[in-house]
Amino acid sequence: MHVGIIFFLIILGSVLFHIFTPWYWTDIASNWQGMDDTITLTFWIGGGVFVAVCLFMIYCLFKFSYKEGRKVEYKPEDKKLEKILTWATTLGIAALLAPGLIIWNQYVNVPKNALEVDVMAWQWGWQYRLPGEDGKLGTTKVTNINDENPFGINVDDPFGRDDILVQSDYINLENNKPVKILLRSVDVLHNWYVPQFRSKMDAVPGIVTFYWFEPNKIGEYEVLCAEYCGVGHYAMRGGVEVQSTKDYNVWLSEQETFQDLIAKNETLEFEDNKLAKNNNINLKQDIYKEE
Amino acid sequence: MSDEHENKSGYQAQSSETIHAQSSEAITGSGSGIAPDMDYVRPAELPEQDLYHPHSFIEKWVFCQDAKVIGVQYFLTAVFTGIVGLILSWLMRLQLGFPGLAGFITAEHYYQFVTMHGMIMVVYFLTALFLGGFGNYLIPLMVGARDMVFPYVNMLSFWMFFVAVVVLMASFFVPGGPTGAGWTLYPPQTILEGTPGHGWGILLMLISLSLFVIGFTMGGLNYMITILQARTRGMTLMRMPLTVWGIFTATVLAMLAFPALLVSSIMMTLDKLLGTSFFMPTILKAGEVLEYGGGSPILFQHLFWFFGHPEVYIVALPAFGIVSDLISVHARKNIFGYRMMVWAIVGIGALSFFVWAHHMYVSGMNPWFGFFFASTTLIIAVPTAMKVYNWILTLWRGNIRINTVMLWCLGFIVTFVNGGITGIFLGNVSVDVPLSDTYFVVAHFHMVMGIAPLMVIMGAIYHWFPLVAGKMLNEKLGKWHFWITFLGAYSIYFPMHYLGFIGVPRRYYEMYDSPYMTSGVGLNEFISTAAFIVGAAQLFLVFNIIKTMKTGKKAEQNPWKANSLEWYTSTVPPEHGNFGDRLPVVHRWPYDYNVPGAEQDYLPQTAAPSEVAHTEVEKT
Repeated sequence: MHVGIIFFLIILGSVLFHIFTPWYWTDIASNWQGMDDTITLTFWIGGGVFVAVCLFMIYCLFKFSYKEGRKVEYKPEDKKLEKILTWATTLGIAALLAPGLIIWNQYVNVPKNALEVDVMAWQWGWQYRLPGEDGKLGTTKVTNINDENPFGINVDDPFGRDDILVQSDYINLENNKPVKILLRSVDVLHNWYVPQFRSKMDAVPGIVTFYWFEPNKIGEYEVLCAEYCGVGHYAMRGGVEVQSTKDYNVWLSEQETFQDLIAKNETLEFEDNKLAKNNNINLKQDIYKEE
Repeated sequence: MSDEHENKSGYQAQSSETIHAQSSEAITGSGSGIAPDMDYVRPAELPEQDLYHPHSFIEKWVFCQDAKVIGVQYFLTAVFTGIVGLILSWLMRLQLGFPGLAGFITAEHYYQFVTMHGMIMVVYFLTALFLGGFGNYLIPLMVGARDMVFPYVNMLSFWMFFVAVVVLMASFFVPGGPTGAGWTLYPPQTILEGTPGHGWGILLMLISLSLFVIGFTMGGLNYMITILQARTRGMTLMRMPLTVWGIFTATVLAMLAFPALLVSSIMMTLDKLLGTSFFMPTILKAGEVLEYGGGSPILFQHLFWFFGHPEVYIVALPAFGIVSDLISVHARKNIFGYRMMVWAIVGIGALSFFVWAHHMYVSGMNPWFGFFFASTTLIIAVPTAMKVYNWILTLWRGNIRINTVMLWCLGFIVTFVNGGITGIFLGNVSVDVPLSDTYFVVAHFHMVMGIAPLMVIMGAIYHWFPLVAGKMLNEKLGKWHFWITFLGAYSIYFPMHYLGFIGVPRRYYEMYDSPYMTSGVGLNEFISTAAFIVGAAQLFLVFNIIKTMKTGKKAEQNPWKANSLEWYTSTVPPEHGNFGDRLPVVHRWPYDYNVPGAEQDYLPQTAAPSEVAHTEVEKT
């Protein structure tokens, strides 16, 4: 008796907790409303099954608890019932899988007009690169990376010269403009994740991975690393600011291009020729040694 | 126990000729001398195995070849690692709920605790406990064998496991401490600076895992071959208790899955020691390019999860099997849909090899894999759901004893269904995107493969303790133990899902400076407090066992009125050789409870058809 009541209270409590929880989604700020909707659907169907199974169990506890001489059903199988349950479950599963796959199809097909953003990760920080006027990012190589070429852009690649470099954990994005995040890492796995955008993907050293979203709410958001990357993992945060087109363009015009950086380095070199040259040679020699 | 040697020659003397010479009625043991044809069981084809009986204390209790002793050894060693894992979880919860309170928990330590807790609980605790512990103890008894088919290899299996545990525990004391790479050990960080224990710690972990796999293979071959070859006469496959089916299928999975772990361990060891690049691409660290290049970190993830996902079912299937038997015995009713249950176990086992990449939806693998793995993953939900329906339909119109064992089973159903449903969220590829790597995942897998199997383990302990120790555990203490553990564990993991919705990522040492985390502070404190209580509540069991051994009620033979063979041994607890002079002969499945027309509410598997001719028993 008591047992059934306690179990019933647990189920009731779970449902009430779900309805009144103060802990739920952060407000969505991207186009992935479909993910939230599928979750809501899964809560309805899955939660319904959970409650139904548990209530049935509790009913059995009330109705069939031990009594000397109780008449017990002896019926090892019930083909018809098993068949009905199998098909009903299959149907429910299909109803959940379908929207999941449809949204995944959207997730892996990036819109053509998406702005490509190169997100470069390392232990433990981020920096970003945007295409310049040609609309294309230059190619990169891990071994190119040094103080004068922090993104490892191939210097010979004409598309790389006008790339806009954001050497900061913070990046600005334009509201209502799809973004294709191109992830790369120079050391270990990382993951560029903004809870409000719902989307994420690992950055894997050696390859470039991608995902896309369309920010649709102006504001500032925290970037979290969502793939364990060593002892500084929890501190590997950054930020995104979603801005109106006007503000975004102002911000964009203030950023430095790869060409600017090369010019700046050359000036520095001219001003402090010897020191810079020595450093450069040392650095290069080190790299050769390693190889 | 001391008179174990006395009747050892009783069955050993039987040669193949004597078995063939015996007429069938003499073997069925009906005692009447003239048994009807309906009781005929084919005579044995092979002589019984010779058992090696111990000659000294060491042979009897240390390097023992009796599967029952080996089972207890496995059990106790696994429980020891489980206690270490539990203490590590307390330390983690201390940091998460009350950051800064324990100053000695640095970020390095925290990640080491996370890693060791995960690996210990999944591999060294749950796997060893279910297969090494329950498997060794129950398989020979339940299939009616005198022992495992290779007792010596079985002994080696345990000692290999023991060495693996020693190596694992040693890593707490080496320079740099144990590995802090996360239990998934994803390269490249696992073997690079920046991860705690990237030197000695990870090496010992990889060596320990390799030893575990080798030891487990010895045991696993034993379990499989014993079940296939050493069943007693009449014990057809479709008359085996579901416990045996669960352990058997899990063992087959383990035999196929563990090699993937072994090779990836070896490959990573080579990357670490010899500078090979199986999993290591070109890497820039602290301004220097390392001497690696061309390897694939994602290859490791595929290998790891090709082991890792079947591993979930290596833990779950024995739990499914055991809980089916416990429910049937204590609901005094046949398990509903036995054949469906068997095929569900086998089907889940087979499917579990086609779902591994659902752990990798956002890993950077080819995104088109998502369609395939989401479909296979959700398909596996169908046989799993059927099992759940059959458990509750077994309760339906039964005669349910609401005792401690049944309480654990009910707790299992609630937590397993809860964790199974959240699995549908995570398996459904695009739903996984926002939830992966958050506390939703942590809550899900703890509920479904931590708490749910633990409920079964506890139920199994209360159920089989009378058999193993010959005494009945105290019911009152057992109920306290259950309620605190169940309510506590549920209140740890149920609300934890919602932290994942806020967006709190896994494996964060602390994050109270984050804007949306402020609302989670109270919840985290609550979860930590519940975790301390649940851990401490396990002392109820320890106390119960001590009390029972001292003053507990002596268990009669077959105290639960069960049908399966382990309760029909010559002595309680069973001696070496299990069944005295004659092996039992089986005539039916183990689920004939409350058969209309029978005098008692149970029919042992050994009940001959002629004895129950007047009942309405169905042919099995």
